[in-house]
Amino acid sequence: MNLHAIRAIYGFELSRWFRTLGQSIISPVISTSLYFVVFGAAIGSRMGSIDGVSYGAFIIPGLVMLNLLNESISNASFGIYMPKFSGTIYEVLSAPVSAAEVVLGYVGAAATKSVLLGLLILVTARLFVPYEIAHPFMMFGFLVLTAITFSLFGFIIGIWANGFEKLQIIPLMIITPLTFLGGSFYSISMLPPVWQTIALFNPVVYLISGFRWSFYGVADIGAGVSLVMILAFLIVCLTLVWWIFRTGYRLKS
Amino acid sequence: MESIIAVKGLTKTYASGFQALRNIDLDIHRGEIFALLGPNGAGKTTLINIICGIVRPTAGTVLADGHDVVRDFRAARARIGLVPQELSTDMFEKVQATVSFSRGLFGKPPDPARIEQVLRAVSLWDKRDAKIMTLSGGMKRRVMIAKALAHDPDILFLDEPTAGVDVELRRDMWAMVRGLRASGVTIILTTHYIEEAEEMADRVGVISKGEIILVEEKATLMRKLGKKQLRIQLLAPLSAIPVALATYPLELAGNGCELVYTFDTQAEGSGIAALLRQLNEAGIDFRDLHSSESSLEDIFVSLVSARA
Repeated sequence: MNLHAIRAIYGFELSRWFRTLGQSIISPVISTSLYFVVFGAAIGSRMGSIDGVSYGAFIIPGLVMLNLLNESISNASFGIYMPKFSGTIYEVLSAPVSAAEVVLGYVGAAATKSVLLGLLILVTARLFVPYEIAHPFMMFGFLVLTAITFSLFGFIIGIWANGFEKLQIIPLMIITPLTFLGGSFYSISMLPPVWQTIALFNPVVYLISGFRWSFYGVADIGAGVSLVMILAFLIVCLTLVWWIFRTGYRLKS
Repeated sequence: MESIIAVKGLTKTYASGFQALRNIDLDIHRGEIFALLGPNGAGKTTLINIICGIVRPTAGTVLADGHDVVRDFRAARARIGLVPQELSTDMFEKVQATVSFSRGLFGKPPDPARIEQVLRAVSLWDKRDAKIMTLSGGMKRRVMIAKALAHDPDILFLDEPTAGVDVELRRDMWAMVRGLRASGVTIILTTHYIEEAEEMADRVGVISKGEIILVEEKATLMRKLGKKQLRIQLLAPLSAIPVALATYPLELAGNGCELVYTFDTQAEGSGIAALLRQLNEAGIDFRDLHSSESSLEDIFVSLVSARA
């Protein structure tokens, strides 16, 4: 195990983040605050509570997940796309590092950033809405697992992308709609029956539902099912990454 | 001579069907400077990239210091440093940070003192805190060399190290490369500037259309394929070569104003003295003599065009 290499990549990626710390932190904090002003205060005051949870508190887990998914994907995809774009990837490819070490470095750094960001959003939310976390350890577990899974997914996108448009298109066309339709701002049970069934095909529903359960102990879908779904997606991503390095897809000719 | 890199039967066919390398065998000796010459698209960079692990070989093996570069890639790659042709740098990073990153990536523990040495060696210590994007092209090239040296490799690949570098800087770089060789590093460089190979290399390999067509000690090569010419500028033009001189390989040039005598550098005695006596006896006066030796460039051009 080339621990020095993992540390080098991990440190390098985090330092890239710290260099732009201002925008990395301020923009999600501002956008979260806006959500709370609009959905929590303006609209939420006219909404009844859902499953015994006030609307402002109800949307917190969904908002955290929304940011977590976006940040994980954009951090990880950008992290591996940039060296490909600038050509500096030659160094990683010619270094005595295994695929696992490269992934640990890049994905580990991206996941670290998004977990920190998720926690930051939770703190920000506390300024607007009082809430409690029923299962803090499970909450943290969901947070970390989701961050890792979607950082892996972002890593895959970053390798697949051969232009800046492709880097944006999956988050924009797939992830954002899935998160909005995934029950960030409402309970699945509020949908008409047909849409409830359709929603069950949306993987993000499981992420948000499980995460919300860790806060309030109530959820559309059982926490166990949610956990299984996250793990399943994690395994799919790991398999894809394994295949990428085995075949050298878009990395080596 | 002990070989530090052993290439056997190396073949690379790209997915497009283009065959970049055809059954290459090549041995690089420990401690030498080896220059790989070849026209654009000959396969120089493909060969280097396979040895360094960036491109996968279709067939054949490469041993670096006894380690197979595919099966035993960790041990092999840890010994190799690569300076690629393209100036690829992390624009926003600082010089010292990016060189330290390279050291870690290649599995060495952090060592600020060693990084300082490397940066001083490439005259970048003053620029250690500068962002790479603010550096000139020549400095960026040196950053890349520093990155390649950060993990103390035994083998250094320089792919077109002086492309687009001004004359003075090129001389500096040559001095640096010689210094590295003196410290025991084996250096393989590809170049377009034949002058560079002529100046630097212990041995020269010529690659053309994916095949190594020649590997030779530079001095031997120059001796074997090098030609000397004596150009004799005549006072009065000749219409034909006089019969008395028919035994000499002479040619008329410049509207009969110039006699060109080509002789082999390997032959015993150049025959110049005899030729000049004969000219005197034949009553041919001349006003100037000019002798020249073919450069590696001439040799290279004739080798590659002979193959084309």
